[in-house]
Amino acid sequence: MNEVNAHSADAAKQTLKPCWSCKGPLAAGALFCSTCEAVQPPAPVDHFVRLGVERAFEVDVPALDRRYFDLQRQLHPDRFATKAPKEKALSQQQATALNDAYETLKDPLKRADYLVHLEGVGVLPEGCNLVQDQSILIEAMEMREKLMMADSMDTLNAIQRETKAEIDDVLTALSLAFKGADIEGACQLTTRLKYLDKMMGEVRQARARLLA
Amino acid sequence: MVTLLQIHEPGETPEPHEGETELAVGIDLGTTNSVVAVSGEDAVEVLKDEDGQALVPSIVAYAPDGSAIVGELAKRLLLSRPEAVVSSIKRLMGRGAEDVKALGGQLPFDIEPQHDGESHLVRLNIAGQTLTPVEISADILKALRDRAQEHLGAKIDKAVITVPAYFDDAQRVATKDAARLAGLEVLRLVNEPTAAALAYGLDKGAEGLYAVYDLGGGTFDISLLRMEKGVFQVLATSGDAALGGDDFDHAIADHFLKQRQAELGEADLSAGEVKVALMTGRLAKECLTTEGRGEWMLSGSDQQTKHALDRATFNDLVKPFTDRTIKICHEVLTEAGYDPLDVKGVVLVGGSTRVPLVREAVAGYFGSEPLADIDPDQVVAVGAALQAEALTVGSDTLLLDVTPLSLGLETMGGLVEKVIPRNTPIPVAKAQEFTTFQDGQTAMAIHVVQGEREMVDQNRSLARFNLTGIPPMAAGAAHIRVTFQVDADGLLTVSAGEDTSGIEAKVEVKPSYGLSEEEMSQMLYDSMAHAKDDMNLRLLTEARVEAERAMLAVRAALQADCNLLSVEEREAIGEVMDKVIEAIRGNDRDVINQAAEELDKATHVFAEKRMDKGIRDALTGVSMNTLEKSVGEPEDA
Repeated sequence: MNEVNAHSADAAKQTLKPCWSCKGPLAAGALFCSTCEAVQPPAPVDHFVRLGVERAFEVDVPALDRRYFDLQRQLHPDRFATKAPKEKALSQQQATALNDAYETLKDPLKRADYLVHLEGVGVLPEGCNLVQDQSILIEAMEMREKLMMADSMDTLNAIQRETKAEIDDVLTALSLAFKGADIEGACQLTTRLKYLDKMMGEVRQARARLLA
Repeated sequence: MVTLLQIHEPGETPEPHEGETELAVGIDLGTTNSVVAVSGEDAVEVLKDEDGQALVPSIVAYAPDGSAIVGELAKRLLLSRPEAVVSSIKRLMGRGAEDVKALGGQLPFDIEPQHDGESHLVRLNIAGQTLTPVEISADILKALRDRAQEHLGAKIDKAVITVPAYFDDAQRVATKDAARLAGLEVLRLVNEPTAAALAYGLDKGAEGLYAVYDLGGGTFDISLLRMEKGVFQVLATSGDAALGGDDFDHAIADHFLKQRQAELGEADLSAGEVKVALMTGRLAKECLTTEGRGEWMLSGSDQQTKHALDRATFNDLVKPFTDRTIKICHEVLTEAGYDPLDVKGVVLVGGSTRVPLVREAVAGYFGSEPLADIDPDQVVAVGAALQAEALTVGSDTLLLDVTPLSLGLETMGGLVEKVIPRNTPIPVAKAQEFTTFQDGQTAMAIHVVQGEREMVDQNRSLARFNLTGIPPMAAGAAHIRVTFQVDADGLLTVSAGEDTSGIEAKVEVKPSYGLSEEEMSQMLYDSMAHAKDDMNLRLLTEARVEAERAMLAVRAALQADCNLLSVEEREAIGEVMDKVIEAIRGNDRDVINQAAEELDKATHVFAEKRMDKGIRDALTGVSMNTLEKSVGEPEDA
C-alpha cells in the first residue's frame, strides 16, 4: 500500500512545483498558492481542463458560463488593481488564457475545430482543409448565386432557415462522430460547418444590404 | 499589509504611503461636459460646484501666462476671447494633423503646422501657445481632480476614466497620457456604456440581456451586455462616431434658414446668420423636448424673421437620425444572434436621449420603456465611481469587456489580415505567423491597423515598425510571429519574433498619433516642477508593494513550515526580514530592492526543504487534499 518507488517519486515531482512567490510546494495547475495566496501563472493545460469541463463535443453552455465567470471573478486584472506588478501581470496572463479557452469552447465551430486537432494529433497531419472537398466548393458557389439574386427579406429568411437547419444536422452528426472517435468524419463535418457558418455571415450581410 | 507590519513593530509604523483603501474617483471625460463622482459607504456622490452644477463644461481658456481656466468660466470667455478658448477637444484626442484636415473646416481649431522631429499628433495654436489635445485634456482632468480634492479634503491621485467604446488604441493612449500629465494614475479605462450599465445593474440587481443606448452631442454608441449575478459581460458594441444631438440642431437650423430665405428672398446666407440659426436650433430642440410647440426669432443683417415649430415637425426633422441609430441597434443584435424582444431593458445615456422621439424610437424597437431614472448626463460618472471603488476597496461585481474594433496587420497588396476580431473579450493575446517573400530577406516592415475595412488605407493606422535581424534564409523559410496583446484597458502592445532562429526581437511600438516617451517626459517636466519626484515616488511605492508582498509570502511560509528550520536558520531569516522592514520604512528604492533580493537568497534553502517535504507528503497522500483551488485537474493527471 505505502510502496514508495522511483516512479511515483517522479510522478510526485511532476504534480508539484514551487510557488514563484513563497517558493513552497504547490500542486501543478493551482491558481493560487495555498500558503502565501499569490496568484500563479496559467498552467499549460488544454481548454477543457482550464475551464474544468469534460473533454467532449457536447458542452453544457450555461455551466461553462458559470465556471468561466467564477474563474474570472478570481483571476481578472480588476481583482489585482492594487497588487504588486508581478501579480498584476500574472492575473492578466490567467485572464487571457481563460478568455481564449472560453471563446473556443463556447462556439460549436471553434470547439469542433479545436477538438479535432486535440484528438487527431498524428492522425491528421494536414488538419481540416476547406478546399479539399469539391462538393462543398460547388455548393458554396450555388448558394452565393442564390444570395446575390435574393431581392426580398422573405427569400433571405428562407435561405437563413435552410442554412440553420443544416447547421443543426451537422452539429448532431458531429456529436455522434466524436462519440464514436471518428476523427476523420468529425474533420469533414467541421469543414462543412465552417462553410455553413460563413454562409450565415453572408446571409446577414445580404440582409444589411437589403435594409440599407 | 500595513497592519501586519504594525503587529511586528508596534509604535513604529512605516511612513504613510499609497495603501489599498485610498479614495479613487470616477471621471466621465466628455466632449461637451465632464463629471467627477466618488463612491462612498452607501451611495455614489456626483461632485458639484458652489452653484450646484455637476457638469463641468469641457472648455478650457488659456491666460497669456499659460494658466488654464476650466469649465463654466471658460465657457463665458468663449464669446469675448474666442482665440484663447478651446472646446470639444475630445474629438482631437489621438488624432494627427491629417485627420483633422479631413474633418474639414468645421472644427473651430487653429492647427499648428508639424515641425520636424515631432510626433504626428495634432498641435493647436491657442492665443499664441502651442498645445496638444493631451495637454488640454490634462487641464480638464486637473480641474476635476481639484474639485474632488476640495470636496473630500484629501489628495486624490487615482481614477477610473471612461472612454467611448469605439475609441481606438491611439485615443485610449492619449486619454491615459492626459491623466498622467494631470497627476492621476488611471486604475482602469472603462467604456462609457459599460460604466452606465454598471450604474444601473448594481442598483437594480438586474439579470439578463441589456442594451445601452448612448446618444451624445456628436456620437452614437450601442452596447449589448449580459448581466448575471454581478457579472457584466459585454457581448457586442457598435456605433457611429459622427451621429448625435448636434445633427438635430443642424436639422432645425436648416429648416429655419430655408423659411427665412424664402421670406426675405435672400440668395446667400452670412456666416453670422448660420451661427445664430444653429444656436436657435439648439434652443428649439431643448424647448420641444418638454413643450409641444414654440416660436423663435432669427435676427442678423438687421432683419428679423419669426419661426414656429411644433413637436410633430420637429420629430419629422429628427427622424432620419433616430432611424439610423435604430438600424445600428438592429445590426448589433442580429450579429450577436439576438432578437429585440430578448433585451430585458435599455439604459439611456447622453443628453440627446432626453428628446421624446429618441425615447419613442427606442421603446418602439425594443418593445419596452427604456430605463432613464439616473440622469443620463451623470450615469457614466456614477458607473466610473463604482468601478473605482470596486478596484480599490474590492467588490463582487466583475466587468468583462470586449475589443470595439478589429486589430490587424497590413499584408501584400494593402490588404488587412485581422489578428483580433472585434467583440473579442479582453484581455486577449493572439499571434499570427508571417514569412519572408524574398531569398535572404533580413527585415520586415510591420504595420498595425485598427478597423473593419478590408483595405489598409480605409482603416486607422496605429503603428509602424521594422523587424530587423531576421537571419537570411530562403523565401518562405522564416517564421515571423507577431503577437498582439490587448490588456483590460483595451490598450494594445505588439511584439514580434522569428521562430526558427529563436530571435526574439521585442519591438517598442510607437503609436502613430501618440506622444513619444521623450515628449511625454518633457511635458511632465514642463507642467509640474515636481513631476520627477512624482515619478520617483511611484517607483518607490512599487518597490515597497513588491517587498511587502515578499515579506507576506515568507511569513506565510514560516507559519506553515517553520519546523523544517533549525533555530539558527530561523534567526538568520528573521534578521534579513528585519532588514527588509527597515528598508521599507526608508525612502531609498534601491535599498528596498536590495533587501528584498537578500531575503530571496536567505530563504533559498528553506524553499528547497519545503519542496522536499511537499513531495514526501504527496507520496504518503496527505497533503494533496490540502492544496486547494486547483484548476479542476482530472483525476488521472
